[in-house]
Amino acid sequence: MNKIFYFFIIIFFKLNIAHSLIEVDITRGNLDPLPIAVSPLHVDIQSEKYEDIKIKELGNLISSVIEKNFKSTGLFNPLNKDAFVQKPDIAHLKPRFEDWRLITAQALVTGKILIKDGKLKVEFRLWDLAASQEMTALAFTTTPSNWRRVAHIISDKIYERLTGESGYFDTRIIYISETGPRTQRVKKLAIMDQDGANTKYLTLGNELVLTPRFNPTNQLVTYMSYFKNLPRVYLLDIETGIQEVVGNFPGMTFAPRFSPDGKKIIMSFAKDGNSDIYTMNLKTRLVERITEDSSIDTSPSFSPDGKYICFNSDRSGLQQIYTMKSDGTGSKRISFGNGIYGTPVWSPRGDLIAFTKMRAGKFYIGVMRSDGTGERLLTENYYQEAPSWSPNGRLLVFYRETKANKNGEGFSAKLWSIDITGYNERELKTETDASDPSWSALLSK
Amino acid sequence: MTKSLIYSLSFHVVMILLTVLSLPFMIRQPVDLPPIISVELIQISDKTNIPYAPKARKIIKKVKEEEKRVVSEQAPPAAKAKEKPDRIPLPKKQDEKKELVKKKQNPKEIKPEIRQASEFEKKDIIDTNQIATLIDKAKEESAKVEKNDLKLTQSNIKNSFATGLTLSEEDALRAQIFGCWTVPLGLPYDQDNFLVRIKLELKQDGTINKSEILDHERMNRPGQKFYKVLAESALRAVRICQPLRVPQTGYDKWKTIQLNFNPMEMLKG
Repeated sequence: MNKIFYFFIIIFFKLNIAHSLIEVDITRGNLDPLPIAVSPLHVDIQSEKYEDIKIKELGNLISSVIEKNFKSTGLFNPLNKDAFVQKPDIAHLKPRFEDWRLITAQALVTGKILIKDGKLKVEFRLWDLAASQEMTALAFTTTPSNWRRVAHIISDKIYERLTGESGYFDTRIIYISETGPRTQRVKKLAIMDQDGANTKYLTLGNELVLTPRFNPTNQLVTYMSYFKNLPRVYLLDIETGIQEVVGNFPGMTFAPRFSPDGKKIIMSFAKDGNSDIYTMNLKTRLVERITEDSSIDTSPSFSPDGKYICFNSDRSGLQQIYTMKSDGTGSKRISFGNGIYGTPVWSPRGDLIAFTKMRAGKFYIGVMRSDGTGERLLTENYYQEAPSWSPNGRLLVFYRETKANKNGEGFSAKLWSIDITGYNERELKTETDASDPSWSALLSK
Repeated sequence: MTKSLIYSLSFHVVMILLTVLSLPFMIRQPVDLPPIISVELIQISDKTNIPYAPKARKIIKKVKEEEKRVVSEQAPPAAKAKEKPDRIPLPKKQDEKKELVKKKQNPKEIKPEIRQASEFEKKDIIDTNQIATLIDKAKEESAKVEKNDLKLTQSNIKNSFATGLTLSEEDALRAQIFGCWTVPLGLPYDQDNFLVRIKLELKQDGTINKSEILDHERMNRPGQKFYKVLAESALRAVRICQPLRVPQTGYDKWKTIQLNFNPMEMLKG
């Protein structure tokens, strides 16, 4: 009996202790980018020569691409290599965590490369220096000329591990390359890696080209060009270089975009001053009319699930953004602010719609929720438009033109990117002037 | 039968007593009332109109009568026609406005009840001793206030009772962790719940013996990848910060501590 009595007393005192646990709320921290050390990748001594690639420098080259990628996000602060405290080969086996912590690094990237039998093998490790443990480790094998892509893939994996979001480094951007004086611009279709490397021109510049868009597999591109002096929607296979006109429309077609499954192209077709939205099935070539309104309906973009379409229309008098079901029913105006709205694009996450807004002689790039609430203008300038989402829905790329003087000098068109928070606005370096960018999906899924 | 009944009854009584005395949530906390500060409301009229004390009134009357007599001995002033002001008359509306302003300033409209009471009305003769006592009382009251300041306030007592740390100790710990926590900048903007609870078992020198993320199962839920990142950043902060700034005494109280990390305030402003 006594034992039971004491047992209950002990339980009650234990409960008492449990209830008086000290709790401290931490609601603030520092918002500085995460200090990260990217150690040069160690080159294995067994590596063989491969074509023109300087094997000894490859480790440094890969780590500098990773560093640049991180720096561009605004979320990480890659530390200066001069401060590094351990040789790459030893650090890759087991870093001296205490020493790395001394240079205020919170994460460390190490790696090793080996070229053998014409294959490049790259392995990397990400270390949590505070917890003194490995966070992730992966190895890739590819042809040595693909080393830049390997660096981007490693960047994506680390980005995903440290932010919880998928990366966007192993991607491409297609855009219109512009050269020559403003009145006689030569416009070519160009493609590059998201960091500006590996630029390739897909057209010769004989015809005016506009609004290129990737399909979900990144193999096809749809864009607008002129055919018999009429703007028409084209389809281009990047691998083979074969291009064709989409559909046999008796008027001009423009503003093309792929459906999320890549099976359809949605675009505007204009005839007799009226423009409506149409889709065309790429397999059956069946054309379907989506809107039937006397106003100008254009710039259609599918939601990521393919169930809805956002577009702009002047049916209310001024050009505004509307949404509707993919069959054209249930049309609803979602933008109500002052000014003119255009080029709506649905985010890959599905929650936001990016747009261009013109108000009082200024151009803005902004985002709003798909129901039209929460409008946020991210950036303002003299002239800027055509936002395109990064595959993770975190960044927007758009183009910005500068004002020319009276003699037509000083004009330029450049690509810019901005985080959806409105921070980290930066220019994307291109070989020539550039406009109408479109961001691809991740190349390696 | 009766024996077992007595046992049962006594056991139940003991249990109830233990519950009442030991569990903190059964203890009635003192009501956290702010200290009472007396506020004297004084309405100030546009024109001060302090009535005279009866004695003073009599003296003033006498002085006025003497002045009147002096004036009557002098020659009356010559009647002079008033000069018209040389200015453009204002429009009617503005005149009306002026009237309104005048009405406001008219002291006649002020009700006699709300006039400030004068000391002259209360007492004819001022007793200097009473003034002295008043000053003395003021001294006593201010001394009491100073004593109260030295003691812990009711909210302070409640805080230290609940957490085992005083406010300054808690603030010191918080400030230390603020500096070590690098909040992940890529957190999704459309999430509402960012709370990460970390339970720490500390050594006497403030270093960490054991750490545990309390909602760790949330890390594996779909669409909650950011939570893992956030929780790891919180753990990193605690590890970078160690040894934590904990009091030198009362180890048993802060041996186990829970830190609630929530960047919501920072991210959403």
